Amino acid sequence: MALLEVQDLHTRFRTDDGVVKAVSGVSFELDRGKTLGVVGESGSGKSVTFLTVMGLVDRKIAEVEGSVRYDGEELLRASSSRLQKIRGRRIGMIFQDPMTSLNPVKKIGWQLEEAVRLHNDVSRDEARRRAIQALQEVEIPRAETRVDDYPHQFSGGMRQRVMIAMALINQPEVIIADEPTTALDVTTQAQILRLMKKLQDDHGAAIVMITHDLGVVAELADDVLVMYGGRVVEEAKVDDLFAAPQMPYTWGLLGSLPRLEQVATRLEQIPGQPPSLLHPPRGCAFNPRCAYVFDKCRAELPGLDPAPDKADHRYRCHLDDAERERIWAAKKAALTGVEGSAA
Amino acid sequence: MSELLVVEDLQKYFPVTRGLVFQKEIAQVKAVDGVSFTVEAGETLGVVGESGCGKSTMARCVARLLEPTGGKIIFDGRDITHLGRTQMRPIRRDMMMVFQDPYASLNARKRVGEIVAEPLDVHGIGTDKDRKRRVQELLEIVGLNPEHYNRFPHEFSGGQRQRIGIARALAINPKLIICDEPVSALDVSVQAQILNLLKDLQRDFDLTYIFIAHDLNVVRHVSDRVMVMYLGKPVETGSKQELYAEPKHPYSGALLSAVPIADPTLGRARKQIVLTGDVPSPINPPAACRFHPRCPRFVDGKCNVDEPELTPVAGSSDHSYACHFPLERWPMDEDEIRRRPSLAASVD
Amino acid sequence: MTQYLIRRIFWAFFLFVVATMITYVIFFVVPADPATLAAGKATKPEIVAHIRRELHLNLPIYQQYWLFVWNLVRHGSFGYSFVNGLPVRTMLGQEIPVTASIVVGGVVMYLAIAIPTGVISALRPRSILDRSGMIFVLVGISAPSVWIGLILIYLVGFRLGWTPIGDYCNLKPTHAIGVCSGPGQWAYHLLLPWITLAVGSAALYTRLIRANVMETMSEDYVRTARAKGASPSRVLVQHVLRNSMLQVVTILGMDLGLLLGGVVFIEIVFGMPGLGAQLVQAAPRFDLPVIVGIVLFATLSVITFNFLVDVLYAWLDPRIRLA
Ligand SMILES: Nc1ncnc2c1ncn2[C@@H]1O[C@H](COP(=O)(O)OP(=O)(O)OP(=O)(O)O)[C@@H](O)[C@H]1O
Ligand SMILES: Nc1ncnc2c1ncn2[C@@H]1O[C@H](COP(=O)(O)OP(=O)(O)OP(=O)(O)O)[C@@H](O)[C@H]1O
Ligand code: SF4
Ligand SMILES: [Mg+2]
Ligand SMILES: [Mg+2]
Repeated sequence: MALLEVQDLHTRFRTDDGVVKAVSGVSFELDRGKTLGVVGESGSGKSVTFLTVMGLVDRKIAEVEGSVRYDGEELLRASSSRLQKIRGRRIGMIFQDPMTSLNPVKKIGWQLEEAVRLHNDVSRDEARRRAIQALQEVEIPRAETRVDDYPHQFSGGMRQRVMIAMALINQPEVIIADEPTTALDVTTQAQILRLMKKLQDDHGAAIVMITHDLGVVAELADDVLVMYGGRVVEEAKVDDLFAAPQMPYTWGLLGSLPRLEQVATRLEQIPGQPPSLLHPPRGCAFNPRCAYVFDKCRAELPGLDPAPDKADHRYRCHLDDAERERIWAAKKAALTGVEGSAA
Repeated sequence: MSELLVVEDLQKYFPVTRGLVFQKEIAQVKAVDGVSFTVEAGETLGVVGESGCGKSTMARCVARLLEPTGGKIIFDGRDITHLGRTQMRPIRRDMMMVFQDPYASLNARKRVGEIVAEPLDVHGIGTDKDRKRRVQELLEIVGLNPEHYNRFPHEFSGGQRQRIGIARALAINPKLIICDEPVSALDVSVQAQILNLLKDLQRDFDLTYIFIAHDLNVVRHVSDRVMVMYLGKPVETGSKQELYAEPKHPYSGALLSAVPIADPTLGRARKQIVLTGDVPSPINPPAACRFHPRCPRFVDGKCNVDEPELTPVAGSSDHSYACHFPLERWPMDEDEIRRRPSLAASVD
Repeated sequence: MTQYLIRRIFWAFFLFVVATMITYVIFFVVPADPATLAAGKATKPEIVAHIRRELHLNLPIYQQYWLFVWNLVRHGSFGYSFVNGLPVRTMLGQEIPVTASIVVGGVVMYLAIAIPTGVISALRPRSILDRSGMIFVLVGISAPSVWIGLILIYLVGFRLGWTPIGDYCNLKPTHAIGVCSGPGQWAYHLLLPWITLAVGSAALYTRLIRANVMETMSEDYVRTARAKGASPSRVLVQHVLRNSMLQVVTILGMDLGLLLGGVVFIEIVFGMPGLGAQLVQAAPRFDLPVIVGIVLFATLSVITFNFLVDVLYAWLDPRIRLA
């Protein structure tokens, strides 16, 4: 049994303009010690999926369906006091913007101690000791004095370290990191990613790494979910996904990426815009932007089906296998810079 | 090729003041502190560096939206460093800017047609009818529907707004377009659209670009030459091929190796240098080599005493770096970069 | 901190000069002769001239101003009323407690109403409580406070006879016969003025607090707190309240000036012998020392109050530690 099992998760927001289908039927599993990468463009439902898993979407405005089982326990129907016991203790979360994710009027130490004392019956001193230790673990210099600083006295990278320390302080089994490095500079991003890898090696936590950067996924993930329009459109082991992506949106994502190591003179672009989740297109959500669209795509939603030779590589696309293989072969040649075929 | 823009030792200091009634200058932010470069007509100069290193300030000085504190800017053979508003007017026709934030940089109360026609209005070009025709032509060029003429910016997505900004910059056939992080706020698929558009336009209209970004992949994709900045100073400049294949400055190296590679096999195989610490404040920048507190090659008594000059790489026409202990090969990992050959020879 | 204090004191001094000077200039510009007024009906020219000399009204305006400043600094004296010759300090000494009682009580009352209502309606948007709160806000904001005062006097004070309609009783108990005093009587008599003063502001602050709490609830750090496993009440108390009070405190500081204006009306409507009522009496008689005294006191209280607000703000928000 996987540690975290999500089955057919739906999250719909009631808004003044209508119902926003932010997440439509997402399923995945996460095992202990593994890293799941979740990629997709802005608005594809990455954050909402995991906020729903954590029970952090406001049920007054959102309708939630499906099943989220953590260690065998159903979370969607758990009481709020039960969820409070799981959040921060069994599942930790790190958010995108380190500048706004810490309370500006409370000391760093106070915020870390709060996380400790919410889940452990320990004294102030003990909580403080653990807070300092957590800061040391995320490599904050002079942790003993810095605990008494306020967030604004820390740089962005340091605040993100504090967020990581806070998510880790109770040694949770799962850490959900929602774009933890998007707001940071590359060199700081490299520090944070390395730190997360190290901490995972030390503590064996499972990580969900939400990002729109395929590079980050390639570096960190074991398995990858590609999301589009509130659905998973492709799911695979990281090597398989990059070696042989199976559907047009993933091809487009890989092709539109300027890369250091490859020399295509022109980027492949996906025309148009991501779909509206208020009025999603009929059939395959990608069909208005897809270069290979045909009638069936506009009528019928493709299922998340496994590839013929790999049961754990699944994708949504109506194209038949031969066709897909042919297209990817041509694209791959263009991508890896066989000059001439690039343009 | 001829030099379109020559910038020499450009400086821009912002005063840090205190006090309500009597403003006292207590410090200076040395946002740009001695930047020199040239841009040839028809090429793209990419500028990379981390947040706060002075890229935008440099761009704004070059476009003379800010008054430089020191140095010299020669555009198209003319010294424009201290020209006044009216003297700058004719020059502004040849020099346009595209900004990062496609939401904030367009006036929300104006129609797309008016926004794009703005430079034509300002410079009094053409009759109303000519202008309208030109605007529709421009919308078409940047891949928007000419029927969008009467819409408002909020009806467009980020990528489309960036196209509007580009159409505006193109309106009077400028020679130089300064793009300040034009794709940083966009999703990859939309980013690719804009990058391709910029490339097409350059080819079709002989444009020269200064392209600012913090994404090294993007800069490499669009640029001919690249300048790497750190805390207000260039640390390395060179042709794209040389700089990316053989960076000389430890900071360029760290920057290059920090970029995540979208390929698990290559990613696992690569050598990486992870810097420690954060970029220091430009208010009291570190002495001598500004990179020294974070540099893996730091030598006490040298790097924090002697400021390294931009030094040309032997056998290369325009590749230069500012470092006492340049990298002797690439790639390197952290242990390799810490070993400095000829150390004794370098410290006099 | 010292930097801040020096700036504050400098600023206070500046305001003092500006406020008093403006009062003098207005007084000078308005064509009126307090000496004539003070002399009353029997206006023999010699008497008027004598009074004029007595009151230094024969001196040029700048000398009068200088005299005023000199007396204030040297003797701590505000001068003597042109009208009744009493020391202005004594007059103010009697009137300040009245005005202060009204203002402080009013502020306490509206905060006591606005904070809980605002917070609860923010937590339960669109609930019945929220909606009725908003109706109250609409009424409170659109109705002028004088009108509310009059309605209250008529309904509660006159028709129902529940409360006194006017008069001020001292907070400190005295045993003089026929003089009402003591905290109970004090509050009882002030009830209607307080309500009148509080209604409008309570409505405004309810709306302000509701908006601020809602905004704070959607902040990232509140989500962080929930992700840590904090209970809703803990999130509210530890993370939302202090942050959402920041703006309220700022507005509170700016509001005091307005509030002093409102007090003038309330004192008249309820016949309270406070600074406002005195000002209204002194102004048409051109009783300059009294007017200046009141202006000065008002300025001083605004300055002090702003200072307190700054200190409170700095305590609430570590980013603004007084630099
Ligand atoms: N509270 C809400 N009410 C209504 N719609 C919402 C709400 N929260 C999210 N949405 C919508 O749900 C969709 C998915 O949002 P989500 O934040 O999950 O995207 P994302 O993939 O995380 O994107 P990003 O990369 O920008 O973070 C978006 O279209 C968003 O507008
Ligand atoms: N008007 C100003 N007054 C004072 N300081 C300024 C001003 N504009 C910029 N600075 C400072 O100058 C430095 C350089 O800023 P600049 O905006 O040029 O950086 P940048 O490289 O463009 O960064 P980013 O990648 O974040 O856009 C920063 O430390 C900034 O805080
Ligand atoms: S199903 Fe059709 S529209 Fe969707 S990705 Fe495949 S080919 Fe394109
Ligand atoms: Mg998100
Ligand atoms: Mg910038």
